Amino acid sequence: MTTALAASRPPTSIGLQSIAGRIGFLPALLVALVAGMSTIDPQFYGVINILNILRNASFLAIVACGQALVIIAGGFDLSVGAVVALASVVTAKTMAVTAAAFPGNNALIIASGVAAGLGCGSVVGLINGLCVAKLKVSGFVVTLGTMSATAGVGLMITSGIPVYGMPEVFVKGFGRAQVFGLPTAVYVALAVIIIMMFAQRRTLFGRYVYAIGGNVDAAVVSGVSIQRHIVGTYVTSSVLAALAGILLTAQVGSGQASFGGDRMMLQSIAAAVIGGVSLRGGVGRIEIVAISALFLTILGNALNLLHIDSRLQPVFLGVIMVAAVALDELSRRRKPRV
Amino acid sequence: MDADIDLKRTEALLSLRGISKRFAGVRALDRVDLDVRAGELHVLFGENGAGKSTLINVVAGTFPADEGTFHFGGEEIRHLTPQRARAIGLSPVFQDFSLVPSLTVEENLFLGREVSNGGVLRAREMRKRARALIDELGFDLDPSQRVDDLSRAHQQMAEIAKALLGRVRLLILDEPTASLTERETGRLFELIARLKSQNVGLIYVSHRMREIRALADRVTVLRDGRHIRTLEAASSTDGELVELMTGRKIDLLFPAITHRPDKVMVDVENLTLADGSVRDVNFYAQAGEITGIAGLVGCGKSELIRAIYGLAPIASGVVRLDGLPYEFPAPRRSLKHGIAYFPANRIAEGLALSRPIRENASMTGLDLPAFARFGVLRQVAERVTIAAIMAQLQLRPPNIERAAGALSGGNRQKVMLSRALTRELTVFLFDEPSVGIDVGAKLEVYEFMKRLVEAGAAVIVVSSELPEVLALSNRLYVMHNGRIATELKGAEKTEQNVLASFFRDHLTAEVA
Repeated sequence: MTTALAASRPPTSIGLQSIAGRIGFLPALLVALVAGMSTIDPQFYGVINILNILRNASFLAIVACGQALVIIAGGFDLSVGAVVALASVVTAKTMAVTAAAFPGNNALIIASGVAAGLGCGSVVGLINGLCVAKLKVSGFVVTLGTMSATAGVGLMITSGIPVYGMPEVFVKGFGRAQVFGLPTAVYVALAVIIIMMFAQRRTLFGRYVYAIGGNVDAAVVSGVSIQRHIVGTYVTSSVLAALAGILLTAQVGSGQASFGGDRMMLQSIAAAVIGGVSLRGGVGRIEIVAISALFLTILGNALNLLHIDSRLQPVFLGVIMVAAVALDELSRRRKPRV
Repeated sequence: MDADIDLKRTEALLSLRGISKRFAGVRALDRVDLDVRAGELHVLFGENGAGKSTLINVVAGTFPADEGTFHFGGEEIRHLTPQRARAIGLSPVFQDFSLVPSLTVEENLFLGREVSNGGVLRAREMRKRARALIDELGFDLDPSQRVDDLSRAHQQMAEIAKALLGRVRLLILDEPTASLTERETGRLFELIARLKSQNVGLIYVSHRMREIRALADRVTVLRDGRHIRTLEAASSTDGELVELMTGRKIDLLFPAITHRPDKVMVDVENLTLADGSVRDVNFYAQAGEITGIAGLVGCGKSELIRAIYGLAPIASGVVRLDGLPYEFPAPRRSLKHGIAYFPANRIAEGLALSRPIRENASMTGLDLPAFARFGVLRQVAERVTIAAIMAQLQLRPPNIERAAGALSGGNRQKVMLSRALTRELTVFLFDEPSVGIDVGAKLEVYEFMKRLVEAGAAVIVVSSELPEVLALSNRLYVMHNGRIATELKGAEKTEQNVLASFFRDHLTAEVA
């Protein structure tokens, strides 16, 4: 009798609500922000400002994609900011050393630098992942530890001084170059987002990450190997953070231990959370996180253009983040059972 | 008639009239009446999903009723909260413990009503009162121990002690003996007698005829959320109660299954688990039959099949699948060998509630080439396959993109069952298959097992519900204290024999 009751209930009432729930309030906020800023300040839609926004949004989006993946699997990655810095100095230093050993061999210099940067990212990710998966230490604590350690190593390598000595072609031909009018970083970020979207929707890895974040015990019973996939999320996150570090290095032209840092870490978590990633795990989509990264970057840019005190700006970020989580909770509570 | 009810209301300690409760459109309680007198033990009797737990939750103030009136001690009660219920002397002991595992027994007893002086706890006073209460109850319980260090039986004692702290006028006991040993049960019964003599009313939920016979003054039978009848315990027969409870002859509730035992699919020899919950167990299960395992909560029956599937570590012994030794079981390999496990707790171990039905259903089969190639999912194939399976299982409404968390118990069980249909399997391990689902959904689960067995699969059913395992199984093992107490076949499979094997085991344990 109960099943007959359920079947007779018209499904139309779900339609509108679920569409609103799926897209969320983020695109609306984004459009409102862009429209508002365009009317207030014409400088906002100047080419230079737009390119600036896109470039910064790309860095954040790349890091936030990895962060989102870790959070969806039920973890946390506080070390991303420190990895950005470490990858930056390791890349620059390796290029400088290789350039001294093999002068003029640009392909080798760049390849070794990029490989070293991504390599140190994957090492940090492996340490994070193995500690979480094997030692069962919470991701928060593990990555808090590696954040501190990684930042320390970065400072030791540079002694706080920027590292120069990278080939011209890496900086001018790649980092500061534009293809079809857009910075190269934008293309890299788009590629990352598309690959991650594919991984999330179409691969076993993506599906298992959702399952593990949704209910670890159910995933175990279903025969999913948990450890391998948890390590996978942390390695992905760290490698993406390293990639962002390398892009930043190429753009600025020097490796610096001050890149990334706490600000990047906090913003990546904010982007994930505002982009609908649930801190309980199991929920979240990369493309929304990318839009959320764009939103946060535009917001920062808008606050700068409006000459709002930079000390006041983090307050806005905080308020929006809490509001996003509260909205998420609210919508969850209203859902009926069938 | 009306005058009669009015008369009773004056003398009843608790009086409920026309209580209804809906959960998201499903009627859990439909105009239920209940009277409990002071000094009376009133049994609530009914199947899972009959509304017993909803009713005691309404009495305990966990959630309000949608309609109906609630009188306690002659006063009308509105807007009852758990705190207020305790304050006026309504004390529940739930099956799912309301204890905080990381706190001590004493801290748990006083949780929410600590003795304090201007915000400062009076630890000595509380300790003294906790000691006094536990001594009075005769429990062997240390108030300073952490709850998660206690056995289930001791946790149950702590829970009862918590309910009895302070002035109690109505005590609600929800299957209190489920995890108690015979001796502890005896002590609980003495306590109940003492409470009755102190004019405390009791609501007692139990399936066990023996307890109902020993304790009950009156019995109220619930079925499908409705009040069926209230009878005097002394003048009713067991058969009458069961018939009122099920609303049909028992054999009609269960499908007629044709067992055709074939080769031995699962063979377990001298199996002992690392945590000691299963010791020296020998048993086998054949293709084409349902092998039942009965036993009380905590007897090791769940752990046994969890070990075969690879969820509980094995210390010694051999598991053979289709004649071949199966060493170091692990879920992934078990699935590859054709074994599926359906956990008792579908929320904790079964489903990722935030994910859609489709993903939950295909979860165990994603390693197959039908669902994924080179790590890339075949989405269309997945959607088509799962939609067909869910249609076969009659999922209503038939939307496979809905989140599993939005489903009722019966539909959740269907999602679990669908996993069995995504790949070739030969052995099915069911752990408490009908817990938390209504009668209609139960029938569908039984029909599902029938189809599996008649298609030649080996099905092992572990259940605490005796009628269920008795009716479904071809051969029935009874487990007690981690060991197989007996194996029953054919005409030996009766409730009396199962219960007798518990007692026999107890007697030998007591002597030893």
